[in-house]
Amino acid sequence: MARFPFSAIVGQDEMKTALLIAAVEPRIGGVMVFGDRGTGKSTAARALAALMPPIPVVAGCRYGCEPARPSDCPDPCHGGKSAKQAVPFVDLPLGATEDRVIGALDLERALRSGEKAFEPGLLAKAHRGFLYVDEINLLEDHLVDLLLDVSASGENVVEREGLSVRHAARFVLIGSGNPEEGELRPQLLDRFGLSVEVRTPDAIEERVEIMRRCGEQEADPNGFAERWREADAAVLKQIAAAQRRLGSMGVPNEVMEDAAGLCAGVRADGLRGELTLMRAAKAYAALKGARKVRREHMLAVAPMALRHRLRRDVLDETGSTTRIARAVEELFG
Amino acid sequence: MSAGGPVADARLALRLFANDPARFGAIALRGGGPVRDMLLEELRALLPPGAPLLRLPAHCDDEALLGGIDLAASLATARTVRQAGILARTAGGVLIVPMAERIEPAFAGRLAQMLDDAEMCCGLVLLDDSISDDEAPPASLIERAAFLVDLGHISQWPAAPTVERSAPAPAEIEQAGLESLAKVAGALGVEGLRPLLHAAAAARANAALHGRTLADDDDLTAAARLALAPRATRLPQLPEQAQQDPAPDNAADSSGQATASGQEVVMEAAIAALPPDLLAQLAAGEASRRTRGSGGGKRARSGLRGRPLAARPGLPRGGARLALIDTLRAAIPWQALRRSDSVGAGRGLLELRRADLRIRRFSQRSQAVTIVCVDASGSAAMARLAEAKGAVERLLAQAYVTRSEVALIAFRGGGADLLLPPTRSLTRAQRVLAELPGGGGTPLAAAITAARRLADGVAARGATPLLVFLTDGSANIAADGSVGRARAAEDALTTARQIAASGHGALVIDIAPRPRPEAQALAAAMRARHMPLPLADSSAIANAVTARRDAA
Repeated sequence: MARFPFSAIVGQDEMKTALLIAAVEPRIGGVMVFGDRGTGKSTAARALAALMPPIPVVAGCRYGCEPARPSDCPDPCHGGKSAKQAVPFVDLPLGATEDRVIGALDLERALRSGEKAFEPGLLAKAHRGFLYVDEINLLEDHLVDLLLDVSASGENVVEREGLSVRHAARFVLIGSGNPEEGELRPQLLDRFGLSVEVRTPDAIEERVEIMRRCGEQEADPNGFAERWREADAAVLKQIAAAQRRLGSMGVPNEVMEDAAGLCAGVRADGLRGELTLMRAAKAYAALKGARKVRREHMLAVAPMALRHRLRRDVLDETGSTTRIARAVEELFG
Repeated sequence: MSAGGPVADARLALRLFANDPARFGAIALRGGGPVRDMLLEELRALLPPGAPLLRLPAHCDDEALLGGIDLAASLATARTVRQAGILARTAGGVLIVPMAERIEPAFAGRLAQMLDDAEMCCGLVLLDDSISDDEAPPASLIERAAFLVDLGHISQWPAAPTVERSAPAPAEIEQAGLESLAKVAGALGVEGLRPLLHAAAAARANAALHGRTLADDDDLTAAARLALAPRATRLPQLPEQAQQDPAPDNAADSSGQATASGQEVVMEAAIAALPPDLLAQLAAGEASRRTRGSGGGKRARSGLRGRPLAARPGLPRGGARLALIDTLRAAIPWQALRRSDSVGAGRGLLELRRADLRIRRFSQRSQAVTIVCVDASGSAAMARLAEAKGAVERLLAQAYVTRSEVALIAFRGGGADLLLPPTRSLTRAQRVLAELPGGGGTPLAAAITAARRLADGVAARGATPLLVFLTDGSANIAADGSVGRARAAEDALTTARQIAASGHGALVIDIAPRPRPEAQALAAAMRARHMPLPLADSSAIANAVTARRDAA
């Protein structure tokens, strides 16, 4: 069955922008999506993965190696035939065990031939694609640690049960969760690049449009995908153009100063805020087709880059988004 | 046609679900007993012949659910034997999930993922045996269920009229119909988008069932009753008020009138179908708890007692017990390797290594500690104090049965004193209470801070605190000890907000002879439940606290 097209998703602009930025600049370090259940979080992530053009892989490689690159694949897959494969989208189940995520002893081969072999886990499967973790705040802490660690380093190192394997695992981590059901530790939150908040849309027109499109998609998935093919192709073009532009994207000094001023103004913890803010601003400017990062680009991504890094103040119940807006207002009027 | 009634609605929901289980995801049947069994029988008859209908075994693990290697068979035959999981065997059919309120969030996550996967989807029937509002099937599943049917109010189940099964032609739904569904959902405060999509699909399916190609008002009302009303979180505005509000978006003028009346019909139907106990809850200002989160962390892991969890690697010490089967399971795949590796060994039947050892883990409900904060100042009349003492004594008497503990803080004059650290001892409490003096100023801020500190400590110990304030809410001594009503009230609200931020459950019992706005504001700041008990006697207070604690 055809997936729901990315461009047919109604509203949720901030989430879509964040996902596009992550697609353009995977080093951004993942997107955390806060929001109510059933607001199209996973639909959007899935749709983006389905939108991307198929990637070339070494045929039969269990680690999804790129044929053109000299690889450090643990399997001897060099020189294998090239094949096309859809961009992987891995949905990490809530009860996933460590074995399943990082990989474990291949039981089948151990049983059959007494051979010590490694069976790659979900991290290997997500290589060069998306790893979506629903309700990441309910995941056990050691697993979240592990995920963030791998997504930051781009490499999965396994040292257990007498196995010693390392393989590349570069993916865009997308976490989602409802803060009312349990908080994510601030240390973990800080390591996500961007965070967005999604709400159930209030506007009747938007709700009606959602019902209408979902109804159409259910009745005729292929026809629906066909109708949105052009819009999806435009998004894809935008991403590809932005990726090309990103390398030569210049950042003027005054924009950097603005960014540093804003981070200091909202008292964001640590330096990760500035770094992510600049990376996101560059990717955003590239998506917008600009040659240089301008202040409005930086301000547009400031909420999603900084929101989750503000120190929690027990007595100030103002949401983080409002606090950022206030700081922007004060600094740049 | 649009008559409804619980039996007809339950039956209709079942029919719609049976016609397309994958589309509607799940149907949750709460309570019911024999009625539910009859309903399941009907479901069996409604499903297309050949569609699988399986019941989930009570102790189903991931492997059984998703399939995997059959270890025992593999070892016996020395080749890999795979077994299909329950989900794979149910694809395209219906899986009955008994005792849905007991399944773990992680397991529910697997099922939810299956529901999201269009390829291997089957419908779920969630049998919900929960009695109190505390228990409920995991939110991830309830959210994906199109229909929530409460069978608790149905005592008689008339035999079903025989229906001929048919493959209905797809029906359409007009823009105006979608609009009225969206408006009803908005008015009822239905959260999320899935209920809306389910409602639209239900209207379409109902139209198709009746041989219509376009959904009419009957279909829309049925959809609103079945898919929207059970998820209401607020009472809709009365129609008179709704008409006074200028409609923000007027549809095309010609159809505007018809649309509006159609909407009213749909809305009325939805209101009529609101569950009766929900109405009472909403009227009391208590938002529905059933839609709330699945895992607030009120469970603690333990190595000693509770419900069993998956075994973890570890050494059996400190009371943790060895999980023998899991240990063997971990060791067996390695036997061939280890035999060839080890030099001169191989005496034992099984080569165990330290890394193979698995220990059992359990999850248990954490202990409840009720922290009672009594206003012993002059403003709370002496008679009230006596009632408060009586309530604490009653709570303590129950504490022995429920294994919970009670702590007591009294505040008067200069500050708040912890009279009774968390205890289960009735005699000790009675002595302290008998000696509790009254009179003086009301240092509310100091009392709230003291209560929060104690609650933090209790929570850090792994128990679940519940704060109960018996006060009239009128403070006159500020946090720094100075006298002054305005300052004191402000400090009290600030400290109350800290309680809200800490997330501890709280209950404010207003013991003023006439309920006052101060106590209400205090409760709101704490995000606590406010209970005016002008005629409070000790048993009423104790009952209120018990109810709140059981709901926490």
